Amino acid sequence: MRLNFGILKRQKSPIPGFGLTMGYTVFYLSIIVMIPLIALFTEAFSMGWQAFVDATTNARVIASYKLTFITSLIAALVNTFFGLIVAWCLVRYTFWGKRVFDAIVDLPFALPTAVSGIALTTLYSSQGWFGQILQPLGIKVVFTPIGITIALIFIGLPFVVRTIQPALEEIQIEQEEASASLGASRWQTFYKVILPTIFPSLLTGFALSFARALGEYGSVVFIAGNMPFKTEISTLLIITKLEQYDYAGATAIAVVMLLISFVMLLLINILQRWSSRRRGMEAI
Amino acid sequence: MKTRSNSQTSLDESKLVKYSLIATAILFLGVMLVVPLITIFVEAFRKGAEAYFQSFTNEYVLQAIKLTFITSAIAVPLNLVFGVAASWAIAKYSFFGKSFLITLIDLPFAVSPVISGLVYVLLFGAQGWFGSWLIANDVQIIFAVPGIVLATIFVTFPFVARELIPLMQEQGNDEEQAALLLGASGFQTFWKVTLPNIKWGLLYGVILCNARAMGEFGAVSVVSGHIQGTTNTMPLQVEILYNEYNFVAAFAVSTLLAILALLTLVLKYILEWKVLRELKKLKNEE
Repeated sequence: MRLNFGILKRQKSPIPGFGLTMGYTVFYLSIIVMIPLIALFTEAFSMGWQAFVDATTNARVIASYKLTFITSLIAALVNTFFGLIVAWCLVRYTFWGKRVFDAIVDLPFALPTAVSGIALTTLYSSQGWFGQILQPLGIKVVFTPIGITIALIFIGLPFVVRTIQPALEEIQIEQEEASASLGASRWQTFYKVILPTIFPSLLTGFALSFARALGEYGSVVFIAGNMPFKTEISTLLIITKLEQYDYAGATAIAVVMLLISFVMLLLINILQRWSSRRRGMEAI
Repeated sequence: MKTRSNSQTSLDESKLVKYSLIATAILFLGVMLVVPLITIFVEAFRKGAEAYFQSFTNEYVLQAIKLTFITSAIAVPLNLVFGVAASWAIAKYSFFGKSFLITLIDLPFAVSPVISGLVYVLLFGAQGWFGSWLIANDVQIIFAVPGIVLATIFVTFPFVARELIPLMQEQGNDEEQAALLLGASGFQTFWKVTLPNIKWGLLYGVILCNARAMGEFGAVSVVSGHIQGTTNTMPLQVEILYNEYNFVAAFAVSTLLAILALLTLVLKYILEWKVLRELKKLKNEE
């Protein structure tokens, strides 16, 4: 072996090109992803512990964490509930327009976030289709945390549906038959047989939707109004700090958010392993 | 697998439950996804077709469209080459640390778009690591096109690789070994054996990668500097037009992005079906 990548030692394989492809992979990964991320952490370290703590714990920043966390949590919960219903209908029932609805679930993935942002803001503004209905009821959506939550529901929905769908498809009818023949009602079968089986996928979908919401910017920034302490999410605060040339402040908040993302990523990986193991057991 | 029969009531929900679930699902998807999509087109044509098409005569809009295509034309092929190389290395060989490498490749999806832009500002901005060197040599990356391309590459980094890795792992390397044994060179083997096997998966990854590359907003917004006519992509131009209360133009540009999104969804749907069929064929051969 001409090239040696330390931990990336290969076993003998007759297929050529390992050195070339692995070399390029590591090189490209390093310049595009690893070095920039390392730069971020180095920048945060070089500002000193006290400055870092001050930048990440001042009242305005804490308010933005709270807002981001709570709106993301509510959005992920709403998505988990409705996502389960949507996935259930798409897997179990046939109805008019099913294929179109199945395809449209991915719209938030494909539609640029800025476009979703202005469309939602227009819809829920006082002259918009939904705003006109909600305004007389005393519900103000635009420039409030409710608006932020709606934008986060929009972008997080596909994660939940696309995680639950395969899990529902894999459930074997025999299990439900066994449950029913032992006298369980349909609700009992759902609650005691189906739900425990898909639970890991449900949790994974929730975590993916939540993680995406935490870092979202484009779809939220238009509808949020961006008032400090009230409707200013953490990603927006990073941009504000950058525009004020407060690079250290922006970096510090970014590092906190990135660490939270990494924890979420780890959790999602563990959840996915759990759910594939559970599904593996079903197959036996 | 047995089929469901309607006589076993405890195996199926009552009609009432079934139809209320379907109604809830359709209502939710309608309110959350379909109506916002329709709004884009309604707002774009609010002042008539003439005003709509007038929006595209604006020089800044045209330049934003051009920059979006340029950015995507650089970012997508680069990530395509990387995706093929990475999945070849990962799927065709076994080595220690493979799952760690896959996690690293997926990493950009876990990073907020805003942070994806920020990291390049820290490297190439005026106060960044290479800032003084870049200024001395009169190279501008941040608030210029190279920064936009870099940020776009970062956010679309995993698309092709994460599509190809599971596909190539599933296919194994029996066919490649046969080709090599028959005297094909490594490159011939890739071109004539591997590539035809992965073409649908590859196209699928490229289409998703392209949709995100053309539509990225957060990351690009951080590095762009928002100079109209120079460093604005379509999504950034949408923001500027919207903030200038030029709603018809903002939504007119949005319709192009929405059509791109819908086209992506249709192609995605077709390709998913094709990839699924190939995998099924593989399973049947086993």
